[in-house]
Amino acid sequence: MKKSYQSLEDNSTNNMKQVIHRKLTSKILYLGFIILLTLSTSLHAQEGDPIKGKALFNTNCAACHKLDKKMTGPALRNIEQRLADEQGLDRAWLTDWIHNSAGMVKAGDAYAVKIFNEYNGTAMTAFPQLSDQDISDILAYTAEEAAPAETGTATVGGVNPNPSTDTTSNKLILGALALLFGLLAMALVLVRRTLNRFAEAKGVEVASQKGVPIWKAFVQNQFLVLVTAIFFLLASGYFVYGYFMQVGVDQGYMPVQPIHYSHKIHAGDNGIDCKYCHSSARVSKTSGIPSLNVCMNCHKSITEVAESTATEEFSKEFYDGEIQKLYAAAGWNDAEQKYSGTPQPVKWVRIHNLPDFAYFNHSQHVTVGGIECQTCHGPVEEMEVMYQFSSLTMGWCINCHRETNVKVEDNAYYTKIHEQLSKKYGVDKLTVAQMGGLECGKCHY
Amino acid sequence: MSSNKKYWKSVEELNENSSIVEALKQNEFVEEIPTDEFLGDKSTLEASSTTRRDFLKYVGFSTAAASLAACEGPVIKSIPYVVQPEEIIPGVANYYATTIADGFDFASVLVKTREGRPIKIENNTMATTKGGANARVNASVLGLYDSLRVQGPKKDGKSISWSTFDLETNQKLTDLMNAGKEIVLLTQTFASPSTSKLISNFKEKYGNVRHVVYDAVSESAALDAYQAKYGERALANYDFSKASTIVSVGADFLGDWQGGGFDSGYAKGRVPQEGKMSRHIQIEANMSLTGANADKRVPATPSQQKLALAKLYSYVVGGSVSGDLPKQIDDAVRKAASQLKEAGSNGVVVTGIQDVNAQTVALEINAYLSSKVFDKSAPIKTRQGNDADVATLVADMKAGKVGAIIMSGVNPLYTLPNANDFAEGLKKTELSIAFSMKADETASATQYIAAAPHYLESWGDVELKKGHYGLTQPTIRPLFDTRQFQDALLKWTGNDMSYHDFIKDNWNTGILGGNSFNKALHDGIYVGAMPTLENTPETTETNTSEAVASSGDAARALASSAKSEGLELTLYTKVGMGDGQQANNPWLQEFPDPLTRVSWDNYLTVSTADAKQLNLKNWHVANGGLNGSYANVTVNGVTIKNVPVIIQPGQANGSVGLSLGYGRTAGLKDEMKTGVNAYALYQNFNTVQNVSVTAASGEHEFACVQLQNTLMGRGDIIKETTLEIFNTKDKDYWNAIPVVSLNHVETPVTSPDVDLWDEFDRSIGHHFNLSIDLNACTGCGACVIACHAENNVPVVGKSEIRRSRDMHWLRIDRYYSSEDTFEGDDTKKENFSGLFGDNGSLGGFNEMESPADNPQVAFQPVMCQHCNHAPCETVCPVAATSHGRQGQNHMAYNRCVGTRYCANNCPYKVRRFNWFLYSENDEFDYHMNDDLGRMVLNPDVVVRSRGVMEKCSMCIQKTQKTILDAKRDGREIKDGEFQTACSSACSNGAMTFGDINDKESKVAKLKEDNRMYHLLESVGTKPNVMYQTKVRNTTEA
Repeated sequence: MKKSYQSLEDNSTNNMKQVIHRKLTSKILYLGFIILLTLSTSLHAQEGDPIKGKALFNTNCAACHKLDKKMTGPALRNIEQRLADEQGLDRAWLTDWIHNSAGMVKAGDAYAVKIFNEYNGTAMTAFPQLSDQDISDILAYTAEEAAPAETGTATVGGVNPNPSTDTTSNKLILGALALLFGLLAMALVLVRRTLNRFAEAKGVEVASQKGVPIWKAFVQNQFLVLVTAIFFLLASGYFVYGYFMQVGVDQGYMPVQPIHYSHKIHAGDNGIDCKYCHSSARVSKTSGIPSLNVCMNCHKSITEVAESTATEEFSKEFYDGEIQKLYAAAGWNDAEQKYSGTPQPVKWVRIHNLPDFAYFNHSQHVTVGGIECQTCHGPVEEMEVMYQFSSLTMGWCINCHRETNVKVEDNAYYTKIHEQLSKKYGVDKLTVAQMGGLECGKCHY
Repeated sequence: MSSNKKYWKSVEELNENSSIVEALKQNEFVEEIPTDEFLGDKSTLEASSTTRRDFLKYVGFSTAAASLAACEGPVIKSIPYVVQPEEIIPGVANYYATTIADGFDFASVLVKTREGRPIKIENNTMATTKGGANARVNASVLGLYDSLRVQGPKKDGKSISWSTFDLETNQKLTDLMNAGKEIVLLTQTFASPSTSKLISNFKEKYGNVRHVVYDAVSESAALDAYQAKYGERALANYDFSKASTIVSVGADFLGDWQGGGFDSGYAKGRVPQEGKMSRHIQIEANMSLTGANADKRVPATPSQQKLALAKLYSYVVGGSVSGDLPKQIDDAVRKAASQLKEAGSNGVVVTGIQDVNAQTVALEINAYLSSKVFDKSAPIKTRQGNDADVATLVADMKAGKVGAIIMSGVNPLYTLPNANDFAEGLKKTELSIAFSMKADETASATQYIAAAPHYLESWGDVELKKGHYGLTQPTIRPLFDTRQFQDALLKWTGNDMSYHDFIKDNWNTGILGGNSFNKALHDGIYVGAMPTLENTPETTETNTSEAVASSGDAARALASSAKSEGLELTLYTKVGMGDGQQANNPWLQEFPDPLTRVSWDNYLTVSTADAKQLNLKNWHVANGGLNGSYANVTVNGVTIKNVPVIIQPGQANGSVGLSLGYGRTAGLKDEMKTGVNAYALYQNFNTVQNVSVTAASGEHEFACVQLQNTLMGRGDIIKETTLEIFNTKDKDYWNAIPVVSLNHVETPVTSPDVDLWDEFDRSIGHHFNLSIDLNACTGCGACVIACHAENNVPVVGKSEIRRSRDMHWLRIDRYYSSEDTFEGDDTKKENFSGLFGDNGSLGGFNEMESPADNPQVAFQPVMCQHCNHAPCETVCPVAATSHGRQGQNHMAYNRCVGTRYCANNCPYKVRRFNWFLYSENDEFDYHMNDDLGRMVLNPDVVVRSRGVMEKCSMCIQKTQKTILDAKRDGREIKDGEFQTACSSACSNGAMTFGDINDKESKVAKLKEDNRMYHLLESVGTKPNVMYQTKVRNTTEA
């Protein structure tokens, strides 16, 4: 999977790239740390290179194997050692197995058959392309001790300064300022009182004006009353209008979902393309909520989040719990690696709701128009909890239709009409509105 | 000075003895105003502690609270699939080819499904058999979502499980077999090779088994005649596109004659090409769809028809036939005969007389002419019922000879005239099972109701014509716990296969001849190289040869049987209802009959002269409704009381008509229990009966959508001409553009000089136009139902229709001529001079309101004309209706405030107002009122709410989709890709839709055609819907 993320990098925005780079740095640091560890503590000095081995492992093996946990295939930590100790099988056997396990099963190798049956008759993919050197690299990687957990967090912490410090410092500055102003005001009051006292002492009479009270003066001034009344009417009109105009506009709607799905982790940190999950956005009017089998494509092997994913707000345990919710919904038994439970469809809370009388087609915008999802849905890759970014009002639609140029390049459909219309309007690039995108019947039928 | 002025309060006062007027004299309101009911009990009212002020406070508070609460948006949940099926993408439609075979309607269709729900039936353009989907087939998708379907197997009205059903029925069948009792399978015509095989397997296992095929509306006579002549029990197949002269004696071949489906071929021959079109002569009693389309229509009672057919035989083939016909019929028959002879092998004769002799005579004439229209190689297999077998079965059942009866696709307790005998016999059987979707009349009288699936949930195969097959495949997982008849047969014969596997096996071994089953399934059709051998329909030995003597004898026998006493009744089926199995379908109930334009009813059609004699009347009442008298109809001692009467222009004097398919009593909603059951009069499976009719008291309220029956000489609404003029004269003569005076110079209205508006440049992008060919349109109404399904048009019910609040976006106007021809009307109007006198317009127009006794008929589909200079757009105060560049007149429902100004300003009267909320409203308990029925709604079209105007959108959702598909693929759009629901439903090719800016397109060429005109062109609305002038072939030989 990792590989596909990397290739998707090209598609993602700058923002997303940055996130990946940050992650890369942490990876490099992490690897460096491991190198240090290996160099200093490695007991089984081997000819294999564990760094290369890790890369090979991730490319070839990680889809089915983990180091410390059974998955589609067995856990591989210290596999060579264990094989030798428990079964008396050597490197040559292992190499044969990797190159062609099915052949060995067929040939009736006792242990090969045993393993084959233990894993429900799933044959391991043959890797004839792996050289002996590659295999020893991988084995070197598998022979490493489990890395202590806290190292990762420490490294990440170092790279990722806690964002909450920003807010704290802001609060501090504001507090200090407030204190300063308070002191100033107090000082002024004190100064005034002292001056008054001086004046009293000097015998100067401080003239206290005993005129008409201000409210009476106000009431007596008809003009002022009128102006104020008009002002209040206009102001209340403004606010009442504003209130009514936001009825039914759910901008910022951020409901609690049955499973805490973080777009930030998926689309942001891991850079998964939006349309990997929301694939029907390419061809259909709806973007589609991914069905659970799409989730399970990856989550069959991703059973828990990395320590580095946890934040102050959401712990690793919390995230792992959410993955368990997914398993329960999909009916996946992680221990036995099979679907055994009853699936429970997830009742997501729909965030973006257009009224029935407005027709919107995702494929028109995504595929034909080439509009980024973020244009309407906002910085989804930064949203820990999804919310409605845009107002989704008609005015908002219309505005965009007025400002956006139609993407006509390389589309034979547009060739003729673009030529004729651009001549008519005397422009190089046609807006959606000029193309007829403001007509009522284009969205209301 | 006293005034003699009389103030009229209502039209009712014209009636001297109106009870309403009398009541109004006494009381201001006709009905008591229910004040007490409204206010409730007086004593509690006075004892109430709530003062008026308190009451107002509560009202104010609750209103404020309600409006505040309304500001809170609802939480909407969305549930995705757990595992999404590969072929389903939410929001994208899938199409499946399948075949309907319900025993009455057989057609290859495409089913449009959205998110796994079938929502629309479309024509399978690959189909080589039959025409397209008719109105009933189009409406059949709604039957899937019928809330009254039986949801699981039942025994004596109680739900049981299928395993119980299997256990009990297996046991019983085995017992009966061991006891040597007879087991009877009473089924519809399946025309299915696989089912035939299954039934023979069943016969093998149980031994004493009889299979009786029963068609509710029988074609037994035609089958017998064909069998006697060609040795195969099938129906003659005609391709009317090859005909130059068509003579039909009582055959409604554009309707349901011999299974129907001949209209697309017919329509092809009716469009004048290279100066030629077919000539169609119709001799009939009832005014049928076919008669309405004929060039010459001769009204004749059924007995006269028999004689006419015999005479026709003698004039064409030779020999003499005794008997006298009225002179005008005889003349017509002579002329028809000479035209037939002239046409030679391009001539064809068809007849609908339910008489073996008559059918034989027709076959003989065609054979004599060696007619190319008659396709001998592929006879039609979709009717296989045998009257004699059914009659024997009923007798045997009554005698207690039948041990078990298993029925599928039939409803004999409703469709048999001797239903009581059948009911009695049913009680004597030891086991009775009905495979049925409904607890209908028959199913509710059997021991077991085996809940059957809808055809959209079933597997099946059909041999439509010899060698032409159709496959039925499920388009949705069964909604209920149902099992189809064939699967039950497999169970009973101890076969573990599913019916799907059985069909596949059968096809791979017998039919496909090595071709791919998947391809056949994908196409929905398969045309075999050679007919299969095992698929001969099970004919029981009936001695038809006796009845059919040699050909000349048949004609003589026919002539001698042509006797009549008093009135003759012809039973027929309506385009909208057929044999009545879809009676619970609100679309079909509300579908106005193409001829009478009456919905929600069947009725006795009576000629004007007979009506006068029998004292039967039709009249209009103040609210715009049509009322009529009742009549009692008696055939052989069986009387149907209170049959509403419609006076039908063109009905042959001495004949009456009544449609089958109405008057159902079980398995349908109360609203759908309309009309009377005419099957009671369908004695001996003969559609023609001697009848006595007497007037009955009371008046019937019809739901008729068109009260204005004539064109009043306004020939510019439906322009028509004769083939002769069309071929010889200039366009300006027969299709002149109306002119107006500009500075005393006659200027055509199409000229920009006389236009109120500046023309908008529409040459860029698409510009949609719809062309309607009045020559190809038979008025069948498939488009009306297709439009209903595509656009979520609501059903409003009988009383609303009566108030002219019908919601059909597309209506097919039917006009009768007041003189003998429409041309006569025009001439009469032209010759009016002054108000009074013989040529006075006052009396003249009055006369022109009533149709002639045998009028010419014209159909005209009218929908929103999408005027480029639309009168509706300029008057909308909120700009809810506006024009698009692509030519469509848009309607923004959410913007509409319901002033109805647009409808008032529309010269075509095509706008429809939502007087009520028609969905989720118990007052309108049709399909939109239950969750199941709403599944048929098209998700791309909004369901309109109360208080907004709606109208035809020219299927903008479909044009937009076509454009989007092209944009996504990055290609230009080909001609024919743009379709509306009506144009794609029209298998006759009467409706052509497309982009006129694509100069090569069909519609652009039609726009330049000489026959093209716009409706009410003189108004200057510049419509985007155009009509092609109707041409009648009046050339007589």
